[in-house]
Amino acid sequence: MTGSWTRFNIVSIVAGFAFLYLPIVLLVVYSFNESKLVTVWAGFSTKWYFELFNNRGLLDAAWVTARVALVSATVATVLGTLAALALTRYTRFRGRVLFSGMVFAPLVMPEVITGLSLLLLFVAIGFDRGFMTVTLAHITFSMCFVAVVVQSRLLTFDRSLEEAAMDLGAPPVKTFFAITLPVIMPAIVSGWMLAFTLSLDDLVIASFTSGPGATTLPMKIYSQVRLGVTPEINAVCTILIAIVTVGVIAASVLNKRREVQRRRDAQAAMRV
Amino acid sequence: MKRVATAVASRLVIIIPYLWLLVFFLVPFLIVFKISLSGTVIAMPPYTPVFSFADGVSGFFANLARLSIDNYLWLVEDALYVNAYISSIVIAAVSTAITMLVGFPIAYGMARAPAALRPTLLMLVILPFWTSFLIRVYAWIGILKPEGLLNQFLLWLGVIDEPLIILNTHTAIFIGIVYSYLPFMVLPLYASLEKMDYSLIEAAQDLGCPPIAAFWKITFPLAIPGVVAGCLLVFIPAVGEFVIPDLLGGSRTLMIGKTLWSEFFNNRDWPVSSAVAVVLLLILVVPIMYFQQVQARAQEQDR
Amino acid sequence: MKSLGSIRRSFAPWADASAKPYISFENITKKFGDFIAVDNLSLEIFEREFFALLGASGCGKSTLLRMLAGFEAPTSGRILLDGQDLAGIPPYRRPVNMMFQSYALFPHMSVEHNIAFGLKQDGMPKADIERRVDEMLKLVKLEQFAKRKPHQLSGGQRQRVALARSVAKRPKVLLLDEPLGALDKKLREETQFELVDLQHDLGLTFIVVTHDQEEAMTMADRIAILDKGEVVQVATPAEIYEAPGSRFVADFVGTVNLIEGELKERENGVARIEDGQGLTILTEDAGDAAAGDRVWFAIRPEKLKVSAAEPDRTDSNAAEGEIYDIAYLGDMTVFHIRLDDGRIVKASTMNSARVSQELLTWHDRAWISFRPDAGVVLTR
Repeated sequence: MTGSWTRFNIVSIVAGFAFLYLPIVLLVVYSFNESKLVTVWAGFSTKWYFELFNNRGLLDAAWVTARVALVSATVATVLGTLAALALTRYTRFRGRVLFSGMVFAPLVMPEVITGLSLLLLFVAIGFDRGFMTVTLAHITFSMCFVAVVVQSRLLTFDRSLEEAAMDLGAPPVKTFFAITLPVIMPAIVSGWMLAFTLSLDDLVIASFTSGPGATTLPMKIYSQVRLGVTPEINAVCTILIAIVTVGVIAASVLNKRREVQRRRDAQAAMRV
Repeated sequence: MKRVATAVASRLVIIIPYLWLLVFFLVPFLIVFKISLSGTVIAMPPYTPVFSFADGVSGFFANLARLSIDNYLWLVEDALYVNAYISSIVIAAVSTAITMLVGFPIAYGMARAPAALRPTLLMLVILPFWTSFLIRVYAWIGILKPEGLLNQFLLWLGVIDEPLIILNTHTAIFIGIVYSYLPFMVLPLYASLEKMDYSLIEAAQDLGCPPIAAFWKITFPLAIPGVVAGCLLVFIPAVGEFVIPDLLGGSRTLMIGKTLWSEFFNNRDWPVSSAVAVVLLLILVVPIMYFQQVQARAQEQDR
Repeated sequence: MKSLGSIRRSFAPWADASAKPYISFENITKKFGDFIAVDNLSLEIFEREFFALLGASGCGKSTLLRMLAGFEAPTSGRILLDGQDLAGIPPYRRPVNMMFQSYALFPHMSVEHNIAFGLKQDGMPKADIERRVDEMLKLVKLEQFAKRKPHQLSGGQRQRVALARSVAKRPKVLLLDEPLGALDKKLREETQFELVDLQHDLGLTFIVVTHDQEEAMTMADRIAILDKGEVVQVATPAEIYEAPGSRFVADFVGTVNLIEGELKERENGVARIEDGQGLTILTEDAGDAAAGDRVWFAIRPEKLKVSAAEPDRTDSNAAEGEIYDIAYLGDMTVFHIRLDDGRIVKASTMNSARVSQELLTWHDRAWISFRPDAGVVLTR
């Protein structure tokens, strides 16, 4: 849809983005506040960042979170990609309706339900709660997000590429690794990133499924936030925001650069 | 030999994720349901086990007789739970409506933006979604509290004489939900608006329809799939929301996600919290299935 | 009486000095940023005329149409419709309707609701709307499809719904943006005649934008050929084809052989052109070219006669060469002949008889010949 971009359109976009970004910007700004009183500006300071490094509990939680996110995102990406393939490539198999239901439901399922049910499973089979259980829980809900991301790419995938490969003599499994996988790779990578940040962010499911010694960073932040806003928490949040922002922007810049390069190549080819 | 490998591989593509979801998604629900029917004891785990393979078939039927719906009766009898369900649904519905009103102009503006600008705008909408939910909710505490930045700003402007009480009210929850779930509303709306052929609007105008009427007769009806998807994406998780009412709503707000949390962590009443979860799921089962249908239909169209 | 193209036209208001134009584009310029889509263009169109804007993509023809419909405002200049300046009138208040290239059928409305849409905007009484919709459905032969949604129709049916919707309001002018572009060749040819009949029956003014010269030639009373935002020539199809004003027009419409040379002399209505490589052309129609001018002699392939024997040269031009390529198209045969000076010319012969006496084949020696009134002399 194009057409004239009216003043109303511009104003609503600017206002919408201000609403989306202002709270985050304020949080970041006040993490550099000298004062302990978070809402009173008392000059620039980075002292809260240095204090973080003396906070043993916070650092431990960050380490746990990083490991959980890394492992769960990786496994979830494999499982989610398989699920996406199953959904797009096999339109008929027994229990497909149930399967697609189980893939889509976690996207909207209230986290308290997912968390509670997973916890009760782990208790029922006598699994000790800890690093392992949090990771399993994160794999389960983030694989569905990966599946959706990869699936939307597979739906627009030109099947004749695969047919061409098979026509030229590549057996199906080889075709998948030589043709399909490279083509859908960008979607898989963004699926991994999504799974990683979902795990990084999760509070509710982790609270249910985690045990002693496996406190994640969001759990740590939450327990401190309940006591009130502190500049130290602002600093942690700022670091997390920075990591995610840099990651996402870097990925999209890389993507864009590849796209620009591709277009330039195509133009050069046209001229020849 | 190769053909066998291919056949096995193609089966595995389905079987592995299927099994995983069965074990970690479906079975847990059955366990929740089972526990919601058992009694509370002070032990670890704090409920009487209802089934055990050691009991054999006769034990199974004996146990079946022991199942009780006491926990569900308890939910109905205690007004606290009923009120929590109702207020969760109301709060989620109102927030969804506000999110729609806020999100539509943004999505509409994005869809009409110059094509070169759209990917950037899209990324700007998605970016907050990548940053932690908890952090984004937390950011609002500093803004909304009585001595917070919003009140400081309004006092400075001279619009108000004394600080507004926003934190720990329903208003704060509405703000929190609208803020956190806005991208979920904007993205499907944008997708359906962007797909729309602008010549439809021109055709309507050409046939004598002024722009605002054309919006209601053409643009909005065609955006309805996006509206439905966006509303479901906001409404369903918002009903069971825990973090937002807990951090912004204060102790007096009743929302079922919070109730479940405190039943579980504070009262350690696992059977009752399971029953709460089962009822919540029953309430949401219709919108969730509708969401899946919408999702499947959108997929069919993409094919 | 001699006339171009073998058709006599009774409807020719453009040739009548007292006729007032119905639509006038006066010095219209339209810029998009730095890009000039339409450049100081003036054009007059008459009532009940079937007018075609013909040009390659990006020539400004669609922009012109969209300015008339009101979707774009001219950067400068004005557009008059029936004496009224259209500036500032929004599209929804203009007495013109448009048939969109994409058809722009409302996907959430049935065929009858699509057709009724414009009538409802005018606040027409319900009974009248129903009557008009029925009439329109009958006109485009879609009576049994009234309740269908656009996606349940074939391409040709959609095209007819779009047409019915745009004429339902009886606009003063109907604008058609590539109306047949999405149809396959056979359907397109049928529909061309249907459109002409419809225009005649309804007595409306039609302006059609197209890049397809055949479409424009078949349907239009007059054609304006556009290039880079400017009108190159406005004329009847026969004039455009038989008396193109420039090499661009000659080459754009149909196939043409262009022979560059110098006009040596004009005498008794005959001009002599020499190309400097031994070819001399005698022609009657030299326009305003004067002796000593650099000119291009343009001649259509079907005006060239191909023969194995040397033709009688008293009343015609002739040259000898070798048959280089032959394309048999059924209704005609196209010969590519390499003249002895190396130039390749195209000549086509109607296959009006099933069996032919004179057989020519690849690499045969052959003659081409043409009468002095078969081609035109171009100076641009």
